[in-house]
Amino acid sequence: MTAANSNGVLDEEIPLLTRKDFVSDQEVRWCPGCGDYSILAQMQKTLPGLKIPREEIVFVSGIGCSSRFPYYVNTYGFHTIHGRAPAIATGLKTARPELTVFVITGDGDGLSIGGNHLMHLLRRNVDVTVVLFNNRIYGLTKGQYSPTSPIGKVTKSAPMGTTENPLDPIKLALAAGATFVARSVDRDTKHLEATLSTAAQHKGAAFVEVFQNCNIYNDGAFASFADKDVRQDRMVYLENGKPLRYGSNLEHGIRLNGFQPEVVESPTNDNELLVHDTNREDIALPMILSGMNYPDFPVPLGVFRQVERDTYDGLVAEQVGVARDSAEADLEALIAGPETWNVL
Amino acid sequence: MTTEIESPLSEGVTTRDRVTIRFAGDSGDGMQLTGTQFTRTTAVYGNDLATLPDYPAEIRAPTGSLPGVSGFQLSFSSNDIHTPGDNPDALVAMNPAALKTNLRDLIPGGLLVVDDGEFNSTNLRKAGYENNPLEDGSLSSYRLLRIDITKNNADALDGLDLGAKERFRSRNFYALGLVLWLFSRPMDTVVRWATEKFGRNPVVLEANLRALRAGNAFGETSELVHERYEVPPADVEPGIYRHISGNEATALGFVTASHLAGLPLFYASYPITPASDVLHELASFKRFGVKTMQAEDEISAVCAAIGASYAGQMALTGTSGPGLALKSEGLNLAVMAELPLVILNVQRAGPSTGMPTKTEQADLLQAMYGRNGDSPVAIIAPSTPGDCFWMAIEAFRIALKYMVPVIILSDGYLANGSQPWSIPKLAEIPPVLWRQADHETVSHAYERDPDTLARAWAIPGQAGFEHRVGGLEKSYETGDINYEPGNHHKMTLTRAERVARIADDVPDIEVVGPQEGDLLLLGWGGTYGSITSAGERARAEGKSVASAHIRHLNPFPSNLGEVLSRYDKVMIPELNNGQLSVLIRSQFLVDAIPFNKIAGQPFKITEILGKIDEILGLAGPYEFEF
Repeated sequence: MTAANSNGVLDEEIPLLTRKDFVSDQEVRWCPGCGDYSILAQMQKTLPGLKIPREEIVFVSGIGCSSRFPYYVNTYGFHTIHGRAPAIATGLKTARPELTVFVITGDGDGLSIGGNHLMHLLRRNVDVTVVLFNNRIYGLTKGQYSPTSPIGKVTKSAPMGTTENPLDPIKLALAAGATFVARSVDRDTKHLEATLSTAAQHKGAAFVEVFQNCNIYNDGAFASFADKDVRQDRMVYLENGKPLRYGSNLEHGIRLNGFQPEVVESPTNDNELLVHDTNREDIALPMILSGMNYPDFPVPLGVFRQVERDTYDGLVAEQVGVARDSAEADLEALIAGPETWNVL
Repeated sequence: MTTEIESPLSEGVTTRDRVTIRFAGDSGDGMQLTGTQFTRTTAVYGNDLATLPDYPAEIRAPTGSLPGVSGFQLSFSSNDIHTPGDNPDALVAMNPAALKTNLRDLIPGGLLVVDDGEFNSTNLRKAGYENNPLEDGSLSSYRLLRIDITKNNADALDGLDLGAKERFRSRNFYALGLVLWLFSRPMDTVVRWATEKFGRNPVVLEANLRALRAGNAFGETSELVHERYEVPPADVEPGIYRHISGNEATALGFVTASHLAGLPLFYASYPITPASDVLHELASFKRFGVKTMQAEDEISAVCAAIGASYAGQMALTGTSGPGLALKSEGLNLAVMAELPLVILNVQRAGPSTGMPTKTEQADLLQAMYGRNGDSPVAIIAPSTPGDCFWMAIEAFRIALKYMVPVIILSDGYLANGSQPWSIPKLAEIPPVLWRQADHETVSHAYERDPDTLARAWAIPGQAGFEHRVGGLEKSYETGDINYEPGNHHKMTLTRAERVARIADDVPDIEVVGPQEGDLLLLGWGGTYGSITSAGERARAEGKSVASAHIRHLNPFPSNLGEVLSRYDKVMIPELNNGQLSVLIRSQFLVDAIPFNKIAGQPFKITEILGKIDEILGLAGPYEFEF
């Protein structure tokens, strides 16, 4: 079996890797029952399919429960500082565009302390995959509200309920110009694995929000719509080019009335339904979809947007190439500068 | 191009061995350009020189106002000089505000050139003059040269397709032409530069060249100008020279270090005065494989650099004091992950935003201690604009060999100041060495070199070295997370010892002057010129005064303690409120005497001389005259 690495050069024979090859020797220290286990498992299942040697993969994380992730994946890994993983990943990927880089972050790490860096990574379209574990709570600091906690949420730091409006990660990513925006959920392992795989193969900044249950500080945050027995009726799977249908027999649908989505109970045919299109340049459609929340609507899962654009790391490398082709790199001449004089 | 220097003396001029000129005008008057071009001409002419640009933080403060005055001072000489001069011998004032803010520095009897045309009632009022100082006799102690530069310049541009505003903009070339004539300098260097700079805009080029020549011709033909001066070339070490500013030298040093190490350079920075020019320079060096990133903030800049370091490249970030504060956390990650990283801090006056365009050296303790935990980093400081080149290379030498962050403390004075610089031969600079992990010598990424205590640099792409690093404490043995008490104790001592061992590579500090005696002047960074000159003058007056300058601040040179012990007293002049003093006192138990100036300006030689006399008991307590 041979595989091309990310810079397109055929490597010599590399053995076909399996999930086990991506399990590190470190003891996993998340709470039993945490949704993080599922995300780790799906990632470890996804990685062999990328056909990239372990040593060319880097996981970069910030601080928080989710950010322990790199310790458990047997690739290169960098557990950095709070909120800064996107900045470190940008430097890493720009310096070495041939590497495959993942950023693992959470709703506090990525949207609160590191919101600025996340936004800029997405707008620059750095070719990395960002996985944001959204549990709508601070776990590692033991239960304060996060920027995605719903207003009124009672937490240790908000005994009478939060007075802050939450941020929608999908909207933020879309507004920042992310070229790939998707959402999945820890409990739907099949969908999660497929989503991570698609995201990892996207050329450009890929952003994946994963609804992740914190069974200690925010248990059941997504249960009302993401639990197995209700999921079919309360979530809608977005598929490119297909009408939005949901329900255990796909009996319901979504249509657009102007800018307003509407639930259609048992539509007679697909013609009246909204057809998903991930490839649109404008973000109007995914923005509308991101506004669909339970209980008024089924919650969308899947790819909201996927478009092609030059990557930051690619453009930086290209400029270096152009500069090298167009002028001689004469360091002695550079040091001497435009004007010299000779003292005899 | 290279110019051969020949004997410059011509007839009818007064020969001086040193002249200090200051150009002052509104910040829109182009005084920095005038000063820089006069400097280039003077450098090519063969004088030793030093410059001090002094400009406001505002890009365009209200026209004609006192805060809007921009100045550029240079001193040039037939001898080896170290400073841009204490007080100018000649002042060019383009408007009343420039006169008002700069006149007090002009020496008695100094030459004062003013643009007569700008001394109108509006400008006089803006500058706070009740009477016209050109008329009221208040300037009688100077040699006043009143020239209507505005009108003469406009006349010279007659017939060009330019509005009044555009014409007005060429006044600085008129002034430059005049001053070139006054100091017997040729115009060709300026003409060549202007032709390149304005070549795409023929009308502007024509205007500037006409203005330059008109100013020069005015000097030659006008009965007003009775005196001309000449400062013959300096007798300096033979070699090929160029004119260089500190920031230029810094950028060249970094790209040279990259060449010497054979590793690509990655520079991430957020624009900040006075460090931005390094970003501009490096961004134009792409053909040397340099990648630059204008980060979204200071934190991102240091973090992106850390990412590049983890990736195995030469990682660099640059900033000024407020930015260093923001980078503290990132810097600490590099300490903990044991990654090579260079942080350039072009210091400016603080605290907080402080005075962005004014110089200071008040970030030493921030560099030394401004992080959580026991977090030692290497700290070095260039002493002259040209030395910035060498210290940029030195920073990477240390960072790569010891796998540590290195902070370079440059400052606004060095960054914007300039000097003639002997161009080094690339082939004669030793290579910058680094050690990548390889399976023959190390078994994992945290195995240490027994001599340097540096861990192996294992980088992504190397099979078999897949490992995880981070900000959590790690096991000394394996690099895995470890919270055991004995391990943290050992790791903290190891991090300290690794930095301490850098001293093995640090050259001994050299003393200028007597090897033992009454007083040692001890300095660091951009004060080298002032301190060295003050020592020279004190010795010329028969005093037992030596000077020594520290380029490696952490760790110090190994012989520093012994050197300090050879003098009865140690005086530490610093442009801060006593930071090196704290380090010297705590490390060597020496009763060093601080001499602190915190004015946003470099030391004048006379200020240091005043303090020397106080310490030697030759004069009373020294007071600054601001």
